[in-house]
Amino acid sequence: MHELSVTESILEIVLRHGRNAGATTVTDLFLVVGELSTIVDESVQFYWDIISEGTPAAGSMLHFRRVPGLMGCRACGHTYSPREDLPCPACGSTDIDILAGEEFYLEAIEIAVGDMEKQPI
Amino acid sequence: MITERVPVVEKILGANDRLAADNRARLDAAGVYSLNFLASPGAGKTSLVEQTVGRLAGRLRLAVVDGDIATSLDADRAAAAGAKAVQINTGGECHLDAVMLQGALEVLDLPAVDLLIVENVGNLVCPANFALGTHKSVLVASVPEGDDKPYKYPGTYRGVDALVINKIDLLPYVDFDMEYFRRGAAALNPGLATFPMSCRTGEGLDTWIEWVIAQVEANRG
Repeated sequence: MHELSVTESILEIVLRHGRNAGATTVTDLFLVVGELSTIVDESVQFYWDIISEGTPAAGSMLHFRRVPGLMGCRACGHTYSPREDLPCPACGSTDIDILAGEEFYLEAIEIAVGDMEKQPI
Repeated sequence: MITERVPVVEKILGANDRLAADNRARLDAAGVYSLNFLASPGAGKTSLVEQTVGRLAGRLRLAVVDGDIATSLDADRAAAAGAKAVQINTGGECHLDAVMLQGALEVLDLPAVDLLIVENVGNLVCPANFALGTHKSVLVASVPEGDDKPYKYPGTYRGVDALVINKIDLLPYVDFDMEYFRRGAAALNPGLATFPMSCRTGEGLDTWIEWVIAQVEANRG
């Protein structure tokens, strides 16, 4: 369960970028998570609701964009899902590139600006 | 209320990666070579630490940093084998991170160390996400865990520099298809240095020890 440390990192990044952009609150977060990365969406959401409480990101929505894993065989060029197999299911080679599925980053945030009731964070 | 979208594109664990780079710089400045041992609980990380320390104690000055959720049992075993040992109790965290290693490096006399072994928390998932700044990562797999582990934990097999297959003395007693296991690991990590061994019988340990010495010497340049 490393989602707690992961969620703490997300909060630090979100508040820093929100502050730089003159946000009063952060409303939405857009995360990109590859299939092969070991992140459980529900756990991040669970910790997020707890650790963002009392910050300008409290109550914000998390949006996960899941990227499917994609393997590419260097021997025969076949592409396939890591759920099928790890060695190439077409020719049996183990000379494989992982083309997608290892992503784990914050793509964008949505912020509120110019709310007269609130000070920028 | 006006809302706007702000592009970020930042790696979530970038802060840990930066601290890991600081740790590496500090180890390099002191001339310390370092290995990070990853494994599931019970694969034989501590046995491999004991065997490695026991066989190298006369040749290299050794230190061990042991990560565990609780207790100092593993650090005690490393110290008994002849290494300077530091215990990190993570208090429930499932992995070591760069900050925890930074704290452990503070209490070691680094210029008096040639080889530092970091024994991570027993876990096949989380430690792979948190770089520590060590020079190489070694995954300790073991025969009784089963031959499907590369297929189930691809991220961990993907990110390591060497693979130990421990407990090969148990091969006659369990259904472990070595070919299937090695092909899974090879697809994720081509050319991975692999060391079949038994820490109990000593089989395969000489080859492993030679590899460790070669790494330390290559790092000295």
